[in-house]
Amino acid sequence: MKLSEIKDLLKCEVLAGADALETDIDTAVASDAMSVVLASPYPRALLITGLTNIQSVRTAQISFISSILYVRGTRPNDTTVQLARDNKMVLLATDTGMFNSCGLLHNRGIKGVI
Amino acid sequence: MTEELLRRTFELRGRDFENAGEKSTEVTSILKELDIDPDVILRVGVVTFEAEMNVVMYADKAILSFILTDDEIAIEVADQGPGIPNIELAMQPGYSTASDEMREMGFGYGMGLPNIKKNSDEFFLESQVGKGTKVYCMIRLNSNG
Ligand SMILES: Nc1ncnc2c1ncn2[C@@H]1O[C@H](COP(=O)(O)OP(=O)(O)OP(=O)(O)O)[C@@H](O)[C@H]1O
Ligand SMILES: [Mg+2]
Repeated sequence: MKLSEIKDLLKCEVLAGADALETDIDTAVASDAMSVVLASPYPRALLITGLTNIQSVRTAQISFISSILYVRGTRPNDTTVQLARDNKMVLLATDTGMFNSCGLLHNRGIKGVI
Repeated sequence: MTEELLRRTFELRGRDFENAGEKSTEVTSILKELDIDPDVILRVGVVTFEAEMNVVMYADKAILSFILTDDEIAIEVADQGPGIPNIELAMQPGYSTASDEMREMGFGYGMGLPNIKKNSDEFFLESQVGKGTKVYCMIRLNSNG
């Protein structure tokens, strides 16, 4: 599924990486715990999280993850968005909650990491 | 003979949540430019990041040293801080003394140290209560752990 399709499905605001929405995603990891993401890192997965601090972007960087979906109306601050831009990452933000976001994406064939 | 190719040291500061993790991403950027196997970079990144976060969460300050040789990468993080009274307990997955504030930041699930160990080919943890903690990890360039 392309990031642009995810954006439409979940009515996302694009916070960073508007020029990279053609990237295809087939796997996602959903967590608010960064150490959980790091415990089973999956390069190129979509990170789905409600955690908006700068460590969300740094955890993604370490894990070779280049797209993050922030759920339930959460938004990272400007410093965090800028760090993502500097690293050519895509940041999407939706008002949809974690469970529904995951359910909708799973329905469209996105698989979990474990 | 093992030949040292690169050595870098970084200072880490306790409670500096804004910059926490930055040095680890610097380390992985260096490795990416050197064309190191991405799987090795991933493991080095996870190890360094978790150790760096532990310094930020629990210690006062630390020196992170990173040494690349032609067959391995060594990472040592030596901190000045409270130390770990019971290492065996601290190594258990799920054991954590993190505050609620740290949990709200996405950390404090007791996974850091087990994760560091899992990603290392060699791992030592030394600690003196009231003085500090030293984590040493070695990752071979030609193995998958
Ligand atoms: N450098 C350190 N100095 C003092 N105590 C430490 C240090 N590193 C770890 N600890 C202690 O060991 C415990 C377990 O550490 P570990 O990294 O496994 O989990 P955590 O930091 O609590 O959570 P997570 O790593 O999942 O975010 C910590 O909660 C803390 O009590
Ligand atoms: Mg930790």
